[in-house]
Amino acid sequence: MNKQELTAMVAQILQTMGQEPMVKASDYKPTQPGPRETCPEGDPSESAADVTALDLRKLYLVEDPKDKEGFAALKAKTPARLGAGKAGARYKTVTMLRFRADHAAAQDAVFSQIPEDYAAKNGMVALQTCCKDKDMYLTRPDLGRRFDEENRAKLKKAIPRKPRVQIVVGDGLSSAAILANAMDCLAAIRDGLKVRGIDCAEPVFVRYCRVGAGDAVGDVTGCELVCVLVGERPGLVTDKSMSAYITYEPHTGVSESARTVVSNIHAQGTPAVEAGAHIAELIEKILRRRVSGVGLHLGDGA
Amino acid sequence: MSETLCSVGLDVGTTTTQLILSELTVENRASAFAVPDLSICQRRVIYESPVYFTPLLQGELVDGAAIAKLVAREYETAGIERSQVDTGAVIITGETSRKENAEAVLSQLSGFAGEFVVATAGPDLESVLAARGAGAEELSEQTKKPVLHMDIGGGTSNLALIRDGVIVATGCLNVGGRLIKREKSGKLTYVSPVLAGLTDLRPGDYPAEDQIYSIARILASALEMAAGLRPKTELLDKVMTREAGTWQIPEEKELILSFSGGVADCIQTRQAPLAFGDMGPELGQAIGESLLCRGEYHLGAETIRATVIGAGCHSTQLSGSTVYFQNVQLPRKNLPVAAVEADRQLDPDAIAQALSRMDSDRVVLAIPGFAAPKHDRVRQLAEAVCRGFGGKPAYICLEQDMAKALGHSLSLKLPPDAECLCIDRLSLKPGSYLDIGLPVGPALPVVIKTLVLGKS
Repeated sequence: MNKQELTAMVAQILQTMGQEPMVKASDYKPTQPGPRETCPEGDPSESAADVTALDLRKLYLVEDPKDKEGFAALKAKTPARLGAGKAGARYKTVTMLRFRADHAAAQDAVFSQIPEDYAAKNGMVALQTCCKDKDMYLTRPDLGRRFDEENRAKLKKAIPRKPRVQIVVGDGLSSAAILANAMDCLAAIRDGLKVRGIDCAEPVFVRYCRVGAGDAVGDVTGCELVCVLVGERPGLVTDKSMSAYITYEPHTGVSESARTVVSNIHAQGTPAVEAGAHIAELIEKILRRRVSGVGLHLGDGA
Repeated sequence: MSETLCSVGLDVGTTTTQLILSELTVENRASAFAVPDLSICQRRVIYESPVYFTPLLQGELVDGAAIAKLVAREYETAGIERSQVDTGAVIITGETSRKENAEAVLSQLSGFAGEFVVATAGPDLESVLAARGAGAEELSEQTKKPVLHMDIGGGTSNLALIRDGVIVATGCLNVGGRLIKREKSGKLTYVSPVLAGLTDLRPGDYPAEDQIYSIARILASALEMAAGLRPKTELLDKVMTREAGTWQIPEEKELILSFSGGVADCIQTRQAPLAFGDMGPELGQAIGESLLCRGEYHLGAETIRATVIGAGCHSTQLSGSTVYFQNVQLPRKNLPVAAVEADRQLDPDAIAQALSRMDSDRVVLAIPGFAAPKHDRVRQLAEAVCRGFGGKPAYICLEQDMAKALGHSLSLKLPPDAECLCIDRLSLKPGSYLDIGLPVGPALPVVIKTLVLGKS
């Protein structure tokens, strides 16, 4: 590539950057689950009624395998799409459809919204970061960590006294993860904190939430510790994976290395309730040692 | 993160007594960003004692004092203190376990060997430990074929059937190398009552070598029947031990045979008839020439040491890494297990009923629990367990990963000074006993003393 071509390319990139995003979340309509047809008996490769209902760890499609049981034993240990067989030089129909279905579910998890009444139903105050919609949320990570004056006032009113522990539930990159896990995990955390005699403020819900929104919550409430339950970027294995980010003395500008994270909270990973119980113990440890993140691992405060 | 446990194995058998020390390495397999998941990733033998003849008093009693002295001497040779021994098992095996004072000697020895060294006897556990110590589980895992393991010792043969790397059945036959004992001169000094009806030989006789060999052939044919290689006759029932459960003859056609125990050393290598003053060489030869060795067969990675290595390296397991306990004094030994099935685990009456069948202050309730449950389910289960135990110390062992959540929920229902413990990722069968050791990181080491190991 010569200098002229390079200059032309940079110019083109600069031009594109100023434009509207090519795919807009506002144009995006998440798939609404309709009535499901049940998968008929027999060879799943012949029927694609509901490919998402198939257990991938059991779906072995190689024809005339030398050691079917042996391969099945390996497959049982991994969600990877192994032993998919082939049709000519391509995937079989069921493999292709399932891949696209999982990919669609991952996209849906990012673009779909937590229902309006979710916070109220679960007894939480609903806040929103400075993002106005999903597009802004996806393109402006910085705004997903801040609140406007109205939301700050709402938070201050909801949490008037400085709490020791503040739990934040945020949609993050997967609404599906929050809907599937957050309330069970939260209840287990509160049980665990109660057993240990640690006070915990009423949890708050944050729409368009990045992990850093917890720091802003720390600024407003003055909590000693914040625990943010947030949806993880979905993948093809699951669209329902949640993480907990725990920060001691959270404030805007706190280093990312000061966060302790518990990831992979979902039905096939760590079950939500057991993760919650573990998080409660972790919170006690962090409060005792007065440090979270890398420092906790290095043994600071022990 | 890696931590090591020092584990002792002591096998007091019909003929021999052996001790090993092993190092169990515990590692967290989960990343630093996930809930810990500890497991024993390596089991390494670091010391082996010589093979001793089991000290007996007047032939019928185990000489506990002599064995204790032996243990003390071996610890000294190995350069280890009793306080450094974290876990392990003392097992009295074969005919020895039927001696009158076996139980008393066992409990005395286990305390002597270390704080959390469990005492155990009985053919079923012996079969499990021998098969594990010989590497028969790995053999099945690697070949993907069913394996029938036979540990042929002095007094008994312990059988274990392994499918897909998991022991699914155990059994025990009165077949061993020391059912007959002889002097150097060839004079019989002992004929086990087990052989009544199978031979006319008596102590004091000078039998010809082929007379001994014909007895060995009969015993080998009993093993063939147990393996399903020969039609079953009364002989099999006659030599089956009473202590073990009924042995179901395996249906598998392509069965790999695997052997350990002292007699296994005589299968491929011909030993002089009177080398050990018994009929071990003849029995080994008879097995080598029988149907058992016509197909694929293996000698264990360990033969005479299989059981002691099993006891030292394979008796301890780890619970799940998220557990809960309060006001529990560890270690706790010999907790009887009461089980409640999946469909009744939320029923306090079913729990109370299962617990009431056990004659003990502390009983472990084994329940499946729920996979990735809702929190309401955890609360319901805590309620059922709380009412089921009715104020008694609550020990709960779940299969599914939910012990810590259940423990918290339960704790909120109990008075602060109540004794309770919840562990998970273990499958316990009713009728077994559980020993729980001091925590290793966030997990608890346990020894399951099971009577019958069924499919989990």
